[in-house]
Amino acid sequence: MATKNEFKRVDGRKLDEMRAITAKVGVVPNADGSAMFAFGDTVAIAAVYGPRLLHPQHMQNPQKGILRVAYDLMSFSVYERKRPGPSRRSKEISKVTEWALEPAVDLKAFPNTVIDVQIYILQADAGTRTAGINAASMALAHAGIPMKDLICSVAPGKNGQAIISDLNKEEEDYDEGEGATDFAVAKLANQDEYTLMQMDGKIQPERVKEILDIAEKNCETIYDAQKKALKEVVNPEGKK
Amino acid sequence: MSSMKVSNLTKETLKKMFAEGKRFDGRGLLDLRDLEIEYNVSKKAEGSARVRMGKTEVVVGIKMEVGTPYSDSPNKGNLMVSGDLLPLASPRYEAGPPGFNAIELPRLVDRAIRESGMIDFEKLCIKEGELVWTVIVDVYPINDDGNIIDASSIGAIAALQSAILPELSEDGKIDYEKEAKNKLPLSKTIMPISFSFFKLGDSLILDPTREEEEACETRITFGISDWNGQKMLNSCQKKGELPLKREDVEKIMEIIPKKFEEVNKKLKKFL
Repeated sequence: MATKNEFKRVDGRKLDEMRAITAKVGVVPNADGSAMFAFGDTVAIAAVYGPRLLHPQHMQNPQKGILRVAYDLMSFSVYERKRPGPSRRSKEISKVTEWALEPAVDLKAFPNTVIDVQIYILQADAGTRTAGINAASMALAHAGIPMKDLICSVAPGKNGQAIISDLNKEEEDYDEGEGATDFAVAKLANQDEYTLMQMDGKIQPERVKEILDIAEKNCETIYDAQKKALKEVVNPEGKK
Repeated sequence: MSSMKVSNLTKETLKKMFAEGKRFDGRGLLDLRDLEIEYNVSKKAEGSARVRMGKTEVVVGIKMEVGTPYSDSPNKGNLMVSGDLLPLASPRYEAGPPGFNAIELPRLVDRAIRESGMIDFEKLCIKEGELVWTVIVDVYPINDDGNIIDASSIGAIAALQSAILPELSEDGKIDYEKEAKNKLPLSKTIMPISFSFFKLGDSLILDPTREEEEACETRITFGISDWNGQKMLNSCQKKGELPLKREDVEKIMEIIPKKFEEVNKKLKKFL
């Protein structure tokens, strides 16, 4: 088993290096805001509709708007076809994504309304929830919704004893030694505020610091990519 | 949290008290309620346990089934955790399709057990590619007075440890008439325990009562176990609209190994 220092990643990346990032804004002309975000072979698209009046009326909140996220895999995004329609997994990810995004959005500005965020994964190669959150954060900004910051998300983790960043599917299936750990994190880009934390695998409590260090560093890179994409909207006419 | 039903007055009072390190029931912020475990609550189950933490009570039963393995793990058995928040257990629970909490509970129990390596899935293979065991863990809260997730995870490991592997008939079906003696293939040292930290204002608390839980704004749950002599986190999930600070996470990382030792010691008394 390789020790920490000599650990070689399957695709030759440095330990704290993410996969190639692709970010585009304005990919769904019908939507009020939209974006795609890819970590290597993991591709997410997100569309934002709203704020719009929420029906049924009894679900409305006169104090603040509601952020409603639907995340799912497209049926062909994985080798073994995923049955269309929400699963327990996708319901859980939808909910944690809502919580990941909400601290950035000024929902008090839109009482009685809903902001619908639709996230679909075109191609899944691990890290789909983090790619989805990055896309959704850009789509919200593109829709012109007041936000105090962008949300950046990445999943560092471990292979054996080596702490690495943004695991691909092959790394997620690593099973030697301490195996594979996936530690998904989202945070406000410019603040020490973590809005998503989800992990499974094996990691010593004292090593969680190393995960947060990598996440903070990677989030700066993601933030730059998001800002750049927002300045170069693909289809400005498509936006209302 | 979305199910917040506690009054603003209670919430403000609790916030002030937590800031002074006090709780309504006199516990310190990180003190756990008394733990009680009872085994064999259903003779028809392969294993079962009842857990009480204060007034919170959960029963967990294990059933075993045989079936075909998944194509990507032909030599491994499976684990399935399910749970239902019965309206029996709380005025807050409602009948009908499972809400988010009912979906999340079994998923968190599942991940802590699965990732810890407590179950040796290869030993649950009967015939490679054809027949394997599925361990089914069913969690039912009986009385929800807060911290259902942690109580359920303790219930699940207790029930698993007490479970017996049934015998098979010649045609590969379970024969409940045959006397079964074998235990499930479990690690002797790995026992995943879950700890949910709740935050209100700047205070972190453990093992909240229902009232405290409803007043809190954020929750983060960790599954932790012993693995080759080291303490390992196996699962984590943050809940709620408010963020956590890095400082909170680092503080939890210092507390959690100590709490794990404490609960581990308590659990050994019951096993």
